[in-house]
Amino acid sequence: MTTTDERHEALRSLLGAWALGAVPSAEAAELELHLTDCPQCAEEAGRLREAAGWLSVEEPLDQPGALRQQVLDWCLTRRPADLPVPTWGMPYTAETAKLDALLRDLGPEEWQEVAELPWHGGTEYLRPAEVLCHLAAVDGYLAVALGLPDPVPGGPGAGSGPPAGRRVPPQEAVAAPRVPPQAGPPWARITERTARLTAEQAGQPPQRIRARWRRHCHELVRSAALAPQGNTPVDFGFATVPLRDAFVDRAFECYVHGEDIARAVAYPYDPPTPQHLRQMIDLAVRMLPLALAGQRAARPEPAGAALGGADGRPDGSGTGVGTGRRTGRRIRLVIDGPAAGEWLIPLDGPDAGPPGGEPVAAMVLDGLEFCQLAAAHRDPDRVPVGEHGDRAAIREVLRATPLLSRP
Amino acid sequence: MATTDDAPRRDEQLQRRLARGEETALGELYDQLAPMVHGLAGRILSDQTAAAQLTREIFAHVWEHPEAFDPSRGSLRSWLGALTHRRAVDRLRARRAEAAGYAGPAEEDEIRTVATAARVQYVVSALPEPLRETITESYYDGRTYQETARRLGISEQAAKQRMRLGLALLATELEQERERHRPSAPAAGGPRGGLPTHGAGSADGPRAGEDGQRTEGGGT
Repeated sequence: MTTTDERHEALRSLLGAWALGAVPSAEAAELELHLTDCPQCAEEAGRLREAAGWLSVEEPLDQPGALRQQVLDWCLTRRPADLPVPTWGMPYTAETAKLDALLRDLGPEEWQEVAELPWHGGTEYLRPAEVLCHLAAVDGYLAVALGLPDPVPGGPGAGSGPPAGRRVPPQEAVAAPRVPPQAGPPWARITERTARLTAEQAGQPPQRIRARWRRHCHELVRSAALAPQGNTPVDFGFATVPLRDAFVDRAFECYVHGEDIARAVAYPYDPPTPQHLRQMIDLAVRMLPLALAGQRAARPEPAGAALGGADGRPDGSGTGVGTGRRTGRRIRLVIDGPAAGEWLIPLDGPDAGPPGGEPVAAMVLDGLEFCQLAAAHRDPDRVPVGEHGDRAAIREVLRATPLLSRP
Repeated sequence: MATTDDAPRRDEQLQRRLARGEETALGELYDQLAPMVHGLAGRILSDQTAAAQLTREIFAHVWEHPEAFDPSRGSLRSWLGALTHRRAVDRLRARRAEAAGYAGPAEEDEIRTVATAARVQYVVSALPEPLRETITESYYDGRTYQETARRLGISEQAAKQRMRLGLALLATELEQERERHRPSAPAAGGPRGGLPTHGAGSADGPRAGEDGQRTEGGGT
């Protein structure tokens, strides 16, 4: 009798799994035999199977991406926020929400697809969950700057983290992005942090990795709302930028990689809204002089040649002709499309004198195309661009733009 | 509805932050619950515009009246689920009534089926995370309970238990939902005067939704 009872209990504990069709066939056969002469189990089996029948997925309406902003705007007009999200935090909240919505719809096979993440030095091949680890690893720099725990095990390195529990981040200003001199590839730390987080998360169900990433995003934005000036310096290892720029940078990368994932699973993916796109373009434009400097440094001519001034260039258009004062060249970037705007970009380094004078050229690009170029997702020699004036200078800018990308 | 241990505390925190007017709290609320609210509204109303409109209305309601949520009566999720369900069914009924002059028996049957299906989908989405995770891993991903256990890093025994418990919770909700829609107890006067007694299903008035809220709040 006891053995029968034990058998009964053992089989009974299987009923949920059986109703879900998650019992291997031999075990299932034994259970089904038991059901024919155990009314108690048969009753529960029927009840659970009926419930499981309702699990059949009936696709709900697609949630339109624009709905989030519409709903939030509607709410905020009716009751303005006492503690709003800073303008520079908005692209990040929108882009992370958009990526999250894409991931919510991924099936098990789609989580196994490999996305291609091109950057100017090559292409990374990552599964969606690994892309999330990558995004979280870089977001971790912001977390550390805001006094939040670093999501990457082992932290930013050698106990350099700020004291725990600090809620209000430091507000000291960072004047301009600076690039500290360092040995080795500047991205080494990012790649290494991504690898560490990916290794730690390996084997976890992707939806759990997604939930963790999402929680970090929310914590980051919440802390940012407490530092609305956005001056807190964020040290990326290869550059230190103020928090407000760091957030736009993260929004940009989230958009780019979200689209990389969407391409891998053949889903549509919306571009950022015009206001957000404009912030991304503005950041890229402000970072461009760094990329141009990098491009100059990588040229075969010794750096000292620059002391001869931009006059040494074949086109000879570099200096403020006729003023007697040396000035750096500038170029006018005209962005077309919904995020339209104009920027003046200094082309030469500080050695050429302060930038000024008439722009040597004007180039017209679509805003989204410019962002794709900055992400090294377009060929600088093929991107559609309207050119006026010094073509060589335009080429220089087009070829430097993808250098803003990183792994 | 059973929830994980720190969920009630998280709900109360979010409620406090909403009351303080933190925009980030509104964003988090949306990110957490919009798929449920919009999905439920969409299933019942099967109309993109109407679903978006209702979603907007529901979130505005919470944002303007965070104090209306009573954590002692259940989770934020179940509260919003019940609220969405009630308003969506009201709207559907109003739409049908407008189209047909009155809601006849056939329309009421249809409303009932649609509402039940939506309700169950919602209950699944609202299952405590460990249960939901275990069920979806096996059911949608076609894994055996042994594989599911391994993937989630739990014992096979625990996996079996979670599947059984999750389905039992679902079955209970399903029975309650049917009970609620049973057209046996005629009540005086539906939401609209002149409804045929049979078709009115009596309990299907706006009160049904309110019952839902209470049932949710009471927990299972």
